[in-house]
Amino acid sequence: MARSLPTGRPPQRRVVAPWADRVFAVLAAGAAWLTLALLAGIIVSLIVGAWPAIREFGLAFLWNAEWDPVNEKFGGLVMIYGTLMTSFIALLIAVPVSFGIALFLTELSPGWLKRPLGIAIELLAAVPSIVYGMWGLLVFGPILATYVQQPLQAAFGSTPILGALVAGPPVGIGILSAGIILAIMVIPFIASVMRDVFDVTPALLKESAYGLGATTWEVVWRVVLPYTKAGVIGGIMLGLGRALGETMAVTFVIGNMNQLDSLSLFEAANSITSALANEFAEAGEGLHQASLIYLGLVLFFITFVVLSLSKLLLAQLKKGEGSRT
Amino acid sequence: MSSAFTPAAQLRRLARHRARKRINAVALSLSLAAMAFGVFWLIWILVETVRLGIGGMALSVFTEMTPPPQAETGGLANAIFGSALMVALATALGTPIGIMAGVYLAEYGQRNWLGRITQFINDILLSAPSIVVGLFVYAVVVARMKSFSGFAGVLALALIVIPVVIRTTENMLSLIPNSLREAAYALGTPKWKVIWSVTLKAARAGVVTGVLLALARISGETAPLLFTALSNQFWTANLGEPMASLPVTIFKFAMSPYENWQKLAWAGVFLITLGVLGLNILARVLFKNRH
Repeated sequence: MARSLPTGRPPQRRVVAPWADRVFAVLAAGAAWLTLALLAGIIVSLIVGAWPAIREFGLAFLWNAEWDPVNEKFGGLVMIYGTLMTSFIALLIAVPVSFGIALFLTELSPGWLKRPLGIAIELLAAVPSIVYGMWGLLVFGPILATYVQQPLQAAFGSTPILGALVAGPPVGIGILSAGIILAIMVIPFIASVMRDVFDVTPALLKESAYGLGATTWEVVWRVVLPYTKAGVIGGIMLGLGRALGETMAVTFVIGNMNQLDSLSLFEAANSITSALANEFAEAGEGLHQASLIYLGLVLFFITFVVLSLSKLLLAQLKKGEGSRT
Repeated sequence: MSSAFTPAAQLRRLARHRARKRINAVALSLSLAAMAFGVFWLIWILVETVRLGIGGMALSVFTEMTPPPQAETGGLANAIFGSALMVALATALGTPIGIMAGVYLAEYGQRNWLGRITQFINDILLSAPSIVVGLFVYAVVVARMKSFSGFAGVLALALIVIPVVIRTTENMLSLIPNSLREAAYALGTPKWKVIWSVTLKAARAGVVTGVLLALARISGETAPLLFTALSNQFWTANLGEPMASLPVTIFKFAMSPYENWQKLAWAGVFLITLGVLGLNILARVLFKNRH
């Protein structure tokens, strides 16, 4: 076949806006840099804001329990203890429950129930924290006081160690209530991470175990859980990060009292976030405000470490995916 | 024959089998109980919110300003308006930045250090305490301008929108098959056009979902507004002044001992829950229809 000869000039290559490619790339990279700058900005502004308090109190701020705005003596122990203790109680409740939920959603639930139940748990995560707070203060608190705290006091009030834990006014406000509300709030986060990592376990592994006659529980406990260990811990860390930084729900129910006289779980206390929420807008410039920002810096540091760990552990699971089968 | 099949050994084996079955049954019942526990709280919270919220509802909630304590009338009009204004502006401000950064992560930065670090940092910002964002904006804006302002509130909320949008945009873009990109490149399309008219367009439903989720998230955020926008008893559309918002008003009213304030707080909580859950369900429906 004869090739037809080209006639006329070759078609012009029409380039629309040759600069557009560069501009778009620069914009995209700029937005990414902005995210990094945001983190740097947060850290720098917290350090600058807290500097007067850091210079005045140093690291002793972390274990000094005195908080006295009148005499300008500040130490963060009460708040740091409150934050850590409420988060600890929250995890104590949330981890087993989330594990149960993830187990139910991955292994037990009939197919048609999986989606609606998964959505219900995710909606629990979407409910704004102020709703939890108000519900906790006005609805849950009184019920907790009548049906849990008073019976516990009646039963253990005179026992040596337990008695100290349940001392104090049973009014449904304090460390225990805050911990329970936090648990309800972080369950959806931990449960959905656990569900997702359970789902990455290769079906081959599970079916081999079932084929050998293992029960559902044995498959989950001895096959799925060891395989997804890193991811499960990552999910727990994510929940811990959320619990540590939660503000409104805790502020409503913790009672906002700067005391550390007893280790009672029923006693009103204070957390870093609730101290910030209650005092910051009214604090005069100077040492009081700087000390509050110092607390914010401590909180940011703790959550940063916890969330980084969570991210690293979850990434580790992803890397191992497929290579260990 | 070994002793493995003597009657005694068989009995031992059966007993062991029964014990394993028992443990399994107990564990699975506990798992069912955990599921019920989770759903129980959701239902309880929703039922109480609806019950007490409906009780506080009235037309005046939407038409009147926030009242002083123990007043006869009053509503949440200025707080609803302030919230809507700040949330809308924050979304408008944060969304483009979030989408561009998400595009960078999915299309440019998958192999370089900037992409990896940004992705890591973004996931941390996503779960970082929102009250710290409030502290940051306080230091950068409020302390400089010597006054609380609606503008500072908008900025704080926008900083919360960005990580949410980055995350969903990146996820949605990486779901787009590479063959689509390659087909477009093969036609000589420049990269920006491939992203703008092919990949972003294909991922549109997912990106919109992300924006809706961000909208839902900031509609209920209280902590970052406490010391940026503060609150205001009166109607204002001036971003230079302190501005009322629904969550901060609820916080103030719910903690008070006044009955009329508490009633309005329940009405406000009802509105917020309705809005946030509505947005979440809308986002899910939208995403499901396209995939």
